[in-house]
Amino acid sequence: MLNVVSPQIIAYGVFTGLVFGFLLQRGGVTRYRVIVGQFLFADFTVLKVMLTAIVVGAVGIWGMRSMGLDVPLHIKSAVLVTNILGGLFFGVGMVLLGYCPGTGVAALGDGSRHAWPGLLGMFAGGAAFAFVYPHIKDNLMKAGSLTATVADKTTNKLTLADVSGLSPWWFIAAIAAGALVVFVILEIAGPKAALTED
Amino acid sequence: MSLLRQKRWNPYLVGIGLGILSWIVFGVMHKALGTSTTIAVAPGAATAAFAPDYVQNQAYWAKYLNPAKGKVFFNWQFFLVLALPVGAWISTLLSGDHFKETVPALWKQRFGPSLIKRSIGAFLGGFLLLFGARMAGGCTSGHGISGSMQLAISSWSFFIAMFASGVVTAFILFGVKGRKNA
Repeated sequence: MLNVVSPQIIAYGVFTGLVFGFLLQRGGVTRYRVIVGQFLFADFTVLKVMLTAIVVGAVGIWGMRSMGLDVPLHIKSAVLVTNILGGLFFGVGMVLLGYCPGTGVAALGDGSRHAWPGLLGMFAGGAAFAFVYPHIKDNLMKAGSLTATVADKTTNKLTLADVSGLSPWWFIAAIAAGALVVFVILEIAGPKAALTED
Repeated sequence: MSLLRQKRWNPYLVGIGLGILSWIVFGVMHKALGTSTTIAVAPGAATAAFAPDYVQNQAYWAKYLNPAKGKVFFNWQFFLVLALPVGAWISTLLSGDHFKETVPALWKQRFGPSLIKRSIGAFLGGFLLLFGARMAGGCTSGHGISGSMQLAISSWSFFIAMFASGVVTAFILFGVKGRKNA
């Protein structure tokens, strides 16, 4: 149980966590008001941060792959029933707590006292899922599984490029264009986020 | 230096930072940013300390806790989650953004100042978050950021479902009045 990964992997994990936590706090997304404000369309910080991260990240990752570099993907299984059902539970939880798991843990370092009972709830929810898992893995978690054949292998770890047969760059361009339109509209007509003071 | 002292960074700058962090995570570390697996497996790792056989027979935890297959609790993501609040704390130290929150103002307007009520709400919220994240296979970082940039079908399905559900929940809980005060 006390097995630990190599010092290099530990350093990688710590580095990633430090930078991730720093950026989340600086962005203001470790604040309850900013997260709940997004779902009330009163503050668009979350959408701006996430869409920018997705576009910048996608260009880098798919760009490195296009250049022939060894950048493995880590695609999660397309089981649409549980992807969507889980997402519906998640949305309710995110508004009740005011954080998602990452921002909630980061908020502990940003003076949020009420993120502590939230963390306890997360442990309980994770444990509850572990108990339910054996009962749903052979039915619910297989029922909505979307599979396709990619590189002669049948898999449900699918990307939009896999199922459409189109180049990933079409999707990246579409997401970037969509994000740009959203950003222009928000900057012209969106609510002014009062992020400087809390 | 002045940038490090600014309390808030432009959200686009933060997004670019997270995007570049993802390049390093995918390209150098061969990992994908995520947090919820570690939180869900933590109770299993604690149980395994005094009942290892139970955990090895528990289908879900056994998937993630199998030293023979190199699946250990204290892994890359564990150290990421551990460092996450430290990174946020360092940010507040550098900028002097001192903040304490027990019951958020928006919550107080709707549900009153009770610490117990807020704690129950936060606990329930946390419960649904992790239950939903593990059912869907990821959370806002694993699906929302890492998965979406990989163009994963699962991640875009999750992202759209959780956003729609969050909007409906937020308007049911806080309404248009809450929106004005948010």
